[in-house]
Amino acid sequence: MTTTTAPDLVMDYEDAVGRFDPALGLEVHVELNTASKMFCGCSTVFGAEPNTQVCPTCLGLPGSLPVVNAKAVESAIRIGLALNCSIASWCRFARKNYFYPDQPKNYQISQYDEPIAYDGWAEVEVPDDEGVLRTYRIEIERAHMEEDTGKSLHVGGATGRIHGADHSLLDYNRSGVPLIEIVTRPIEGAGRYAPAVARAYVAMLRDLLRGLGVSDVRMEQGSLRCDANVSLRPTRESPLGTRTETKNVNSLRSVERAIRYEIGRQAAVLSDGGRIKQETRHWQEGPGTTSSGRSKEQAEEYRYFPDPDLVPVAPSREWVEELRASLPEAPVKRLRRLSSAWGFSDAELRDVVASGAVDLVAATVDAGTTPQAARKWWLGELTRKANADGVELEQLPVGPVEVAQLQGLVDAGTLNDKLAREVLEGVLAGEGSPAEVVESRGLAVVSDDGALGAAVDEAIAANPGVADKIRAGKVQAAGALIGAVMKAMGGKADAGRVRELVLERLT
Amino acid sequence: MALTPNDVADLARLARIELTPGELAHLAPQLDAILEAVARVSEVAAADIPPTSHPLPLANVFRADVVRPSLPREAVLAGAPAAEDDRFRVPRILGEDA
Amino acid sequence: MSDVRTTDDLTRATAADLASAIASGDVSSVEVTQAHLDRMAAVEPAVHAFLHVDGERALAAAAEVDAARSAGQALGPLAGVPVALKDVLTYAGAPTTAGSKVLQGWVPPYDATVTRRMLDAGLVILGKTNLDEFAMGSSTENSAYGPTHNPWDLDRIPGGSGGGSAAALAAFEAPLAIGTDTGGSIRQPASVTGTVGIKPTYGGTSRYGLVALASSLDQPGPCARTVLDAALLHAVIAGHDPLDSTSVDAPVPDVVSAARSGDVRGLKVGIVRELGGEGYAPGVEQRFREAVDVLTDLGAEIVEVSCPSFTYALPAYYLILPSEASSNLAKFDGMRFGLRAGDDGGHDAEEVMGLTREAGFGAEVKRRIILGTYALSSGYYEAYYGQAQKVRTLVTRDFEAAFAQVDVLVSPSTPTTAFRLGEKVDDPLAMYLNDLCTIPSNLAGNASASFPVGLAPEDGLPVGLQVMAPPLADDRLYRVGAALERALEERWGGPLLARAPELVLRPELVEGGPQ
Repeated sequence: MTTTTAPDLVMDYEDAVGRFDPALGLEVHVELNTASKMFCGCSTVFGAEPNTQVCPTCLGLPGSLPVVNAKAVESAIRIGLALNCSIASWCRFARKNYFYPDQPKNYQISQYDEPIAYDGWAEVEVPDDEGVLRTYRIEIERAHMEEDTGKSLHVGGATGRIHGADHSLLDYNRSGVPLIEIVTRPIEGAGRYAPAVARAYVAMLRDLLRGLGVSDVRMEQGSLRCDANVSLRPTRESPLGTRTETKNVNSLRSVERAIRYEIGRQAAVLSDGGRIKQETRHWQEGPGTTSSGRSKEQAEEYRYFPDPDLVPVAPSREWVEELRASLPEAPVKRLRRLSSAWGFSDAELRDVVASGAVDLVAATVDAGTTPQAARKWWLGELTRKANADGVELEQLPVGPVEVAQLQGLVDAGTLNDKLAREVLEGVLAGEGSPAEVVESRGLAVVSDDGALGAAVDEAIAANPGVADKIRAGKVQAAGALIGAVMKAMGGKADAGRVRELVLERLT
Repeated sequence: MALTPNDVADLARLARIELTPGELAHLAPQLDAILEAVARVSEVAAADIPPTSHPLPLANVFRADVVRPSLPREAVLAGAPAAEDDRFRVPRILGEDA
Repeated sequence: MSDVRTTDDLTRATAADLASAIASGDVSSVEVTQAHLDRMAAVEPAVHAFLHVDGERALAAAAEVDAARSAGQALGPLAGVPVALKDVLTYAGAPTTAGSKVLQGWVPPYDATVTRRMLDAGLVILGKTNLDEFAMGSSTENSAYGPTHNPWDLDRIPGGSGGGSAAALAAFEAPLAIGTDTGGSIRQPASVTGTVGIKPTYGGTSRYGLVALASSLDQPGPCARTVLDAALLHAVIAGHDPLDSTSVDAPVPDVVSAARSGDVRGLKVGIVRELGGEGYAPGVEQRFREAVDVLTDLGAEIVEVSCPSFTYALPAYYLILPSEASSNLAKFDGMRFGLRAGDDGGHDAEEVMGLTREAGFGAEVKRRIILGTYALSSGYYEAYYGQAQKVRTLVTRDFEAAFAQVDVLVSPSTPTTAFRLGEKVDDPLAMYLNDLCTIPSNLAGNASASFPVGLAPEDGLPVGLQVMAPPLADDRLYRVGAALERALEERWGGPLLARAPELVLRPELVEGGPQ
């Protein structure tokens, strides 16, 4: 049975945030990059043939038992420390009991009232409309360990989605992969900037986790997942409103867009006199809307209790301090250091951070470019390309090394800006490295004086009037001749050298 | 504390057991009697007694992050009530998108 | 004595004797195994101890042991000796049903650690024995495959949940058996069948491959007809297992030496005041007291101790077990293995789960799952499960206080002798009372055992005495058991089981007849 519902009414965003005060809660799941699963020795390598990375434990066969992966515990503690959390001196795993085919034991081993890390915080900086950076402190309620589920394919329906499917197929390769769930306390007071704050928080987490080396943090691959809780209230002083939870938010951009949408949708409902249904919603990337999912009106009865198959985790204070001492530099500190090293203005820095391009710029600088050039490429052509293709910058088939090579060719005079953009297209199309594309497409700037000189002479001959003006001292007129030469050479001339040659002949 | 057949039906739903009306009627008084008997635990003054976490005080039992061989796929699917395309085939799942 | 070993000789021998006869070449493991398979074929129609006979593989395993012996390889202490495995532990290639329809025909793809250790030690697994469904019960009447009959009186229960293993021993179908004990499922059947059953210290034997009932209470353990046999088996199966997080990383106590010694001089023995009196059959109490007197004669010092929280042990247990079981049994949903019901294209996954579990689970299992689901629900957790875990702490403290005064505690293993089939099936609470004496040890995790101490005068049925020792002091159980066995068998003029009635055999399978 399929139902079609009318599209939701959505209030204009500015109106919505004018009339209501939004509060957010973000739950981020991080897939750890351990070699083996959380409770068994099966491999976690991505993309294997279905059901080839499965054992009695992660398949939930009768008689199987879990044993905790030490590396996962270590990563959990490091994540907690990096988020300024307290680390539990004694905590346990708990069973979260619910039935679902992708959950082979029909319970998930997680942590309930004894998370390994708790009461932390993180800061993000987001520019306001005047471009002034504002700092927001986000309170982290907890970070805890749990296991991932299997993956289902829904067969027989029109779209491969669950609604209208005839049956489903289960692959348990991902069942048991270690996850860390990071939960914020309600984020209040961001007002109109709430979507941007949320995006900045997830971007910051991604950078932090990447810096720790605990996860691939690729949102498009699911190793970093974000669920966004949104609620509205009339004023900041009112009690928090009913919240919805939006899932399927698979990119930084989606985080921002989904929250923005939800604010507008909830505002429309509330100002119409309706009430918000406490439910799970799904972000639809295409239409840019959230759709209604499972109602959470009745609180889920998970019957949490300490998992009797596992024993408590009691990290010694020595171990915790050892891990703390070996943490990499905190992202905000790193950012400030890079920014000053790069000589960026606040606005330039904010743009780089907002685009999630800090690491890319840093790597490009390391590969030999100036910070400004790196910024220009990543925030210019490459961001345009990424947006057009609907992907993250990291997913482009071009990386910091190629960008540095490209800029190097420009610096060496082999390419001008126009040619460099053409070469970039070639690299993106998979034709090879910048040098290879230059070669195969014959895109190098002509700097051979002989060829240039010949072209200059031709242009002078073809434009006697302009030539006279230049002879008479009107140097600016040289532009027309330079243009003519560039056109004749298909843009492959070094404009600066052409100008020199023109002036040599005529002055 | 009296458990009605309706209460039992709610619990059965939570536990995914499709009890018949006859079973519901039969079970409710039985469970009620058992609950009354086990509720004796509340007679014990245990305000400052810690609950037992484990029969023996073990902690920090871990395994190294080392990959061990998984089951061969045929063995994995051998016991499956239904399989298709190397996956477990299950009836359609209602509810929200996974 | 003739050189030709008869089926009778071979099936009545102890495991220790069989092991040395095989090792010395007096008899082959194949002969021993075949003798037991023949005995099983003869008596199974009456006893129904087994759910699955693995004859072909057993004989092949026996042949391998014989070949190893001929090749001069060193054999383990029980190599070539047959053993029966309670059908709640996995053995790859053989069905594991847990006595339930929901697992009918399920063949696990992996061995339990206990199974693997026995196979590696050269034991010969004869088959899987009957049990109450998912080990929930005290009579084996909850098996979905029909009850097992007590070899002492076929109209009576063999105890539960491990009635199959105990009956197999008492009917001489196997010299050794593996059981599991969550609330008395090894000890109570041992008591009512006149056999020996041990529940090791919690964590002493691996639970990997044991279909879980209550994870914090379950323990696999050795069952046999003699104390030494049980000790030999204990030494094979026990010990740390990295696949079980709750497994104890400590050396296995020297149970074999203790079983050989049986020296109880100076041992302080405490009688638990709360485990006796009203509700206990007179014959049970009589044989218990007589056995305690024997210990005194042997040099033990007897005192009475009180463990007041033991009166709350039963209700605490019947809260903790259903709670853990309700979660452990959630995996039986028809999606990945076992029974699937209702998948006719007209039911969705949730409905198929509900129909499968409805069809696959018996009444007692359903009762406990519902109870456990209730006890763990929000609003009830603290009052029920939470409170029960506190009572558990008190039970543990009572044990600790008692063991500060004495080396072991003793009590009857169960309040009565074997009751009749059908007598208590409709009264769950009455059935639960069978576990009164055994439950405290499961809650506290210490080691305990049941040893046969005679037949009750009023009905001629076996009575068991329970010995309880501190965690990791399993050897003390064997010391006391061996002392009692030696003294009592001398008094009886032979083992207690020699007095069990002859089972009606199928004539064509009497030894010497045509096959």
